[in-house]
Amino acid sequence: MTLAYVLRRLGAIVVVLAIVTVAVFGITVVLPGNAAMMILGENATPESLAAMERQLGLDRPILTQYLDWVTGVLHGDFGMSLRLSLPVSQVVGDAFRNSLSLAVLALVTVTAVAIPLGVIAALRRGTIWDLMIGLFSYVGTAMPEFVTATLLLIFLASPEWPVFPAGGFVAPSVDFGAFLYHAILPSVTLGLILMAHISRQVRSEMSEVLSSDYVRAAELKGLRPRRVIWRHALPNALAPAVAVISLDIGYLLGGIIVVEEIFAWPGLGRLLIYALQNRDLPVIQAITLLLATVYALSNLVSDLIITWLDPRVRHA
Amino acid sequence: MREFLRNPAGLVGSLLLLLVMGAALLGPLLAPYDPQQFHTASRLQGPSAEFWLGTDQYGRDLLSRLLNGAPSTVFFGLGATALGVGAGAVIGVVAGVAGGRVDSLIMRVLDGLLAMPELLFTLLIVTFLGGGTSQAMLAVAVTFTPGMARIARSAVLSVRTRDYVTAAVARGEGRGWVVFQEVLPNALGPIIVEATIRVSFAIMIGATLGFLGLGAQPPSTEWGLMVAEARQFMFRNPWCVAVPGVAIALTAMGFNLFGDALRDAFDPKRSRS
Repeated sequence: MTLAYVLRRLGAIVVVLAIVTVAVFGITVVLPGNAAMMILGENATPESLAAMERQLGLDRPILTQYLDWVTGVLHGDFGMSLRLSLPVSQVVGDAFRNSLSLAVLALVTVTAVAIPLGVIAALRRGTIWDLMIGLFSYVGTAMPEFVTATLLLIFLASPEWPVFPAGGFVAPSVDFGAFLYHAILPSVTLGLILMAHISRQVRSEMSEVLSSDYVRAAELKGLRPRRVIWRHALPNALAPAVAVISLDIGYLLGGIIVVEEIFAWPGLGRLLIYALQNRDLPVIQAITLLLATVYALSNLVSDLIITWLDPRVRHA
Repeated sequence: MREFLRNPAGLVGSLLLLLVMGAALLGPLLAPYDPQQFHTASRLQGPSAEFWLGTDQYGRDLLSRLLNGAPSTVFFGLGATALGVGAGAVIGVVAGVAGGRVDSLIMRVLDGLLAMPELLFTLLIVTFLGGGTSQAMLAVAVTFTPGMARIARSAVLSVRTRDYVTAAVARGEGRGWVVFQEVLPNALGPIIVEATIRVSFAIMIGATLGFLGLGAQPPSTEWGLMVAEARQFMFRNPWCVAVPGVAIALTAMGFNLFGDALRDAFDPKRSRS
């Protein structure tokens, strides 16, 4: 793995993101009803609509709008939110930080729980543990986030027995304990599908690796079982699991939209739904571009981790 | 077939699918009450002999609503997947067969579309088309198309260099004949497996759109919408959100298990591990 490889991948990401900007701009431009209409309401006169459109810059040719927007983005200027009268970078930046804290929390918990679960299931194949973990992973992958969230709320946030708050947000810089307390239900909801996915993947890779020749060889050399599992088997089983995690980041980014809406978490997802309802194009474009960038970069990072874990790929 | 049912995933998946398809085809006929009928005297009740799964905030029978919503929920998933798989397969086969410039152009565009998280893409399209069942179905189909195109393309590529295809080309068969008689039938396996698993995603996304108010509209009894409408009352009667929620999960699980078992059946190497 060389610097040239990383640079080539980054170049490919730039091309993909360029395609994304065109696609997003295309979709948002053809959205029926524009922001001027949303601000003024249904009873606006044609004259006031035209004036508002001119004020918002919506009367310019589409190509000019696109080029202006791209030039701005390249300079780090995402324009003004049409609805909130604030710079998009500020609105989206705050929301991004809140979403990021939730996503990272979910991802860390998921990885910390799912990998050991998968390893246990593979080591205890055919036992009740394996069966339980397998069952959990099948149920987990079949529950959309809004169902998980609703069931969690019924059991853990009902007025009679409020173990956790039903929604809301406290910034981690203000009160970290309260932040975690509010983040538990949303991150568990986000994590369930991923946990199911990843533990299943780790289990199947791990059982394959455990029956491989090199693990047998390590055992026959007389190495302690613990060393065989941690040093010889797990690194080889993890590479495919990392690939799954990186794909799952796509789910995570989608799931966050629903979860934030349900738990009133002021992140990108909530902002996106608000922006879609109000046709706040600059905000929609910025969020989409941001999510696509995060997704592409996380794929790159996972490929780098895979190369690091699996020497066969490294030397290929 | 017996082998397929001996696989626990295949057996449970088939049973769940049987149940779900039964509900989707016969549900509205089996419902004990009119799904829109208000039983004002018995609102937000738990299961009883009169109302097997309880009632919602207007006293509507949950079992009847569930059975009536089954067709719209299940056929949404099947329809969206069929559309997405159809379009994706055409694009993928064209790319795989054409190769060269056309192929790399198509692949670049697909990469760009796949760079957006699925739900985000679906939300953008649904907002563009406006909420509603058929709009949501179209949006899910469009979202599925790039992924399916990629799978179809790689299936075609893996088949294209096989001896029986080269033999057909050497025999002087026409291009269309080779594609339809030799390449497609052999590339179909992975496409079908992926499609089955995709149905469960489609059902989950469809229900999520219904829940967000962007899919099926009231008074539909689509299951995601049922959860959304009853959410305000979920602490007074958990049944009215749990019933449709669990139904969605069971349906998605049925398609998942069935798809997994299909994959094992198509790929003997996997089934042994």
